[in-house]
Amino acid sequence: MSAHTMDISLTVNGEAVNERVEPRMTLVDFLRENLSLTGSHVGCEHGVCGACTVRVDGVVVRGCLMLAAQCEGAKVETIEGVSDNGEIADLQIAFEQRNALQCGFCTPAMLLTAQELLKAGGVPSRDEIREHISGNYCRCTGYHAIIDAMESVAQARAGGKK
Amino acid sequence: MKIVDDSPPVLSALDRPNSYIGRSVPRPNLARLTQGRGQYISDVVLPRMAHVAFVRSPHAHARIKKIDAAKAKKSPGVIAVVTGPEFTKVMTPWVGVLTHLKGIKSAPQYPIATERACWQGEAVCAVVARTRAEAEDGCELVEVTYEALKAVTDPETALDKATPVIHPDLGDNLCFERSLDAGAVDKAFAESDAIVETTFVFGRHTGVTNEPRAVVADWNPGEQRMTVYHGTQAPHMMQNLFAKHLALQEHQVRVLTKDVGGSFGIKVHTYADEMATVALSKLLKRPVKFVADRIESFVTDIHARDHRVKAKLGVKKDGTFTAFEIDDLTGIGPYSVYPRTSGIEANQIVNLTGGPYKCPNYRARARVVFQNKNVMCQYRAVGHPIACAVTEGLVELAAAKIGMDPLEIRRRNLIADDAYPTGSASGLKFEQLSHHEALAHLDAMMNYAGLRAEQAKLREKGIYRGIGFASFIEVTNPSAAFYGVGGARITSQDGATVKLDATGAISIHSGVTEQGQGAEAVMAQCVASAFGVPLDKVRVVTGDTDNVPYGGGTWASRAAGIGGEAAWQAGKALRQNVLAVAGSILQAKPEDLDIRGGIVVDKSTGTERLPLDELARVAYFRPDTLPPGFQAELMATRHYVPRAWPFAFTNGIQASYLEVDTDTGFVKLLKHWCVEDCGTIINPQLVDEQVRGGVVQGLGGALFEQCLYDERGQMLNGNMADYLVPMAVEMPDIEVGHVVSPTADSELGAKGAGEAGTAGAPGCVMNAINDALRPLGAKPLTDMPFTPGKILLALGRV
Repeated sequence: MSAHTMDISLTVNGEAVNERVEPRMTLVDFLRENLSLTGSHVGCEHGVCGACTVRVDGVVVRGCLMLAAQCEGAKVETIEGVSDNGEIADLQIAFEQRNALQCGFCTPAMLLTAQELLKAGGVPSRDEIREHISGNYCRCTGYHAIIDAMESVAQARAGGKK
Repeated sequence: MKIVDDSPPVLSALDRPNSYIGRSVPRPNLARLTQGRGQYISDVVLPRMAHVAFVRSPHAHARIKKIDAAKAKKSPGVIAVVTGPEFTKVMTPWVGVLTHLKGIKSAPQYPIATERACWQGEAVCAVVARTRAEAEDGCELVEVTYEALKAVTDPETALDKATPVIHPDLGDNLCFERSLDAGAVDKAFAESDAIVETTFVFGRHTGVTNEPRAVVADWNPGEQRMTVYHGTQAPHMMQNLFAKHLALQEHQVRVLTKDVGGSFGIKVHTYADEMATVALSKLLKRPVKFVADRIESFVTDIHARDHRVKAKLGVKKDGTFTAFEIDDLTGIGPYSVYPRTSGIEANQIVNLTGGPYKCPNYRARARVVFQNKNVMCQYRAVGHPIACAVTEGLVELAAAKIGMDPLEIRRRNLIADDAYPTGSASGLKFEQLSHHEALAHLDAMMNYAGLRAEQAKLREKGIYRGIGFASFIEVTNPSAAFYGVGGARITSQDGATVKLDATGAISIHSGVTEQGQGAEAVMAQCVASAFGVPLDKVRVVTGDTDNVPYGGGTWASRAAGIGGEAAWQAGKALRQNVLAVAGSILQAKPEDLDIRGGIVVDKSTGTERLPLDELARVAYFRPDTLPPGFQAELMATRHYVPRAWPFAFTNGIQASYLEVDTDTGFVKLLKHWCVEDCGTIINPQLVDEQVRGGVVQGLGGALFEQCLYDERGQMLNGNMADYLVPMAVEMPDIEVGHVVSPTADSELGAKGAGEAGTAGAPGCVMNAINDALRPLGAKPLTDMPFTPGKILLALGRV
């Protein structure tokens, strides 16, 4: 319980947001509860499973390990934003075609983490892909299909080189 | 590039124009999920909705002396603080027993503890507030006075006279016991050339669904109806249970599932805190939401697999198995879980051990004992990973003992592919399995001889790689034999309703549920194929007891085999109805017409006669132009339940190739293979991904996952940092192959595929680790999970 609140101003998916929050509110709870952006999910609330992954000022972060109050002036991007602007459309199609998701609960976060790696350019090896997404737990797929989908997008972005 | 839009069609006898059976079409509902537009129960928000948090017992066993809620009631945002006795006014307790598990017993369980808490994590008080955070604030202010009682935490001594009885009314701590003695076991052991005997231990683990359990209950006194938004696998089962224990009629309860963030058997049971949430909605006359947080998940989601199995196999010099014998002991929680019971896993172990092999001599005993730990119940592949690891562990120990190749000893004992129909020593009935063909397929797929050569070469360099196998059978498509005969209102049949809308598109309402496995895609494929429309004309609705046919939902690998057949038959029925309308409009015989690509055509020539949208227009808006007395019926419902066999058994074999670092004890999984036979394959990609996902859950149990308890019944690793689940970097690529032996019980011939991976993977990895370490003289490892510490201990390094 907190008697105090804070006013924060930030940009979420390109839209200006001014909200009053409790200091204890995490970024992911803020996105889900205050802004109804429910594409970011809450899995473990202690920074392990990665389901709450969002981007803050271009960097992938855990939405459960950052407080909303820390986001004053920040540029926050969520799965809703990168879906609407088409940034990861090829990744999304690859995930759908390859069935690289089952329940889909980890998927928005997995896509943001995948984009972080693929944005760096080049075609990472399967081992490098596995390493990079290891902070995002998937309990359904066994990961193989996710690796396939990411690999195919990396190759396509690199000009179809195999 | 491994993505294919459509796999090479594996065409079956069911093939016809618009056939999607055997094709890897993408699931229709995925774009929603990749865009973050899914709606999970944890996303549901309703007007006037309140949140509940629970005060949970810190003791494994304690008497509740006093609960002082005065401070909590004054906490900002708190709406109500409710304790056990108040719940008894609106909800009756339940007892998790089934009549076909002879002698099983349990004690009445309440929504929250009334006098005694029987495990660490059991709810003792509910705090309802405007937000979850405020509800948790309230929980912190509830003062509970406990009198700690002695906790029963060791299954080995649970039945000793000196051990306290958790529920004195039951007389002892024995929940269930089963014995089986087939053939002449003692004689067979006496006639064996060699006997292998060991004890297998399986770590208690749990499902760790990424989305924790979630429920929103909405009692509307105006309608006298309870709507429950519930992340469940079995909506109709829950409808019945909510109604029964709230003293409502079933039609007063509606269960909606929406998207579910992982289930794996975790979300097919009755949870006290979910029942409490529903009761609170009734008490408070407003929507109440409960979403478990991660610690709550670890201490209340069902656990599974806590088994100790003493096991023995006799073998002749030529590799012939003479007899299997097992003694299983499992420590469940303080209650048998309602309504499926906590006796099923042990029962399955008795049923399944030795199952792939021809060996008439089999003796088994299983005992299920109560513990002051979290409850245990059915998790993906129920009993299979244990029965399989025990059987296959013994098989490879026997092979090593008589100096025979592990695949060769299987070839000499697996039930012959032409021996069906046949059965097992435990009484299981097999319609048609393909162990030998699967083994041959696996042998070729993995280049077994090549891997053995590589393994030998690397050993010379001090690199220890292992190859392990596991043949398996899997229970799928359960008939009423699973639960119905035991008195549980869990239906084994399932239904599908198919409707042609006014624009010529199709909707399907199915009683099975989508948990991410792709059930909706399978239903769409079945109906599009049977009816004759492109897939994009088909929409699927599941998970709503007000709107779908009565069905069992998703469990025991039943959705495709049972729900798919119902959808297939409904599609065929609607096709006949639509052709009757077409015949009437076209003045043609219905049997001379066909539906292809959403158009009524001449069957013989394929000439287009009538698009479906035109047919629908006439039927719905100008029925006056149809002949007198003719009524178009553009909706059809069909149900299906397996009748010829209690279960449609599937089979297969897995192989693991791994490397053990003998200095650190770490296991690096290099590659995994699975060949399985689920009968007709409706969607190859979905089957492959069920296998892969299942394998990785099995690998988790084999290498990482364990709910660690101390002797006081305290769970020590109830968080995701300490309870390890498989990460991408630790997992291998998994190659999947198929043999196809359709079941003749249904027209589609599809069996289930959801649990095969989990069934075989742990035993397979165990055998590979022991294969790697055998030249080093290590004592075979049989105690899962195989942590680096245990491996170093086996190597004598620590």
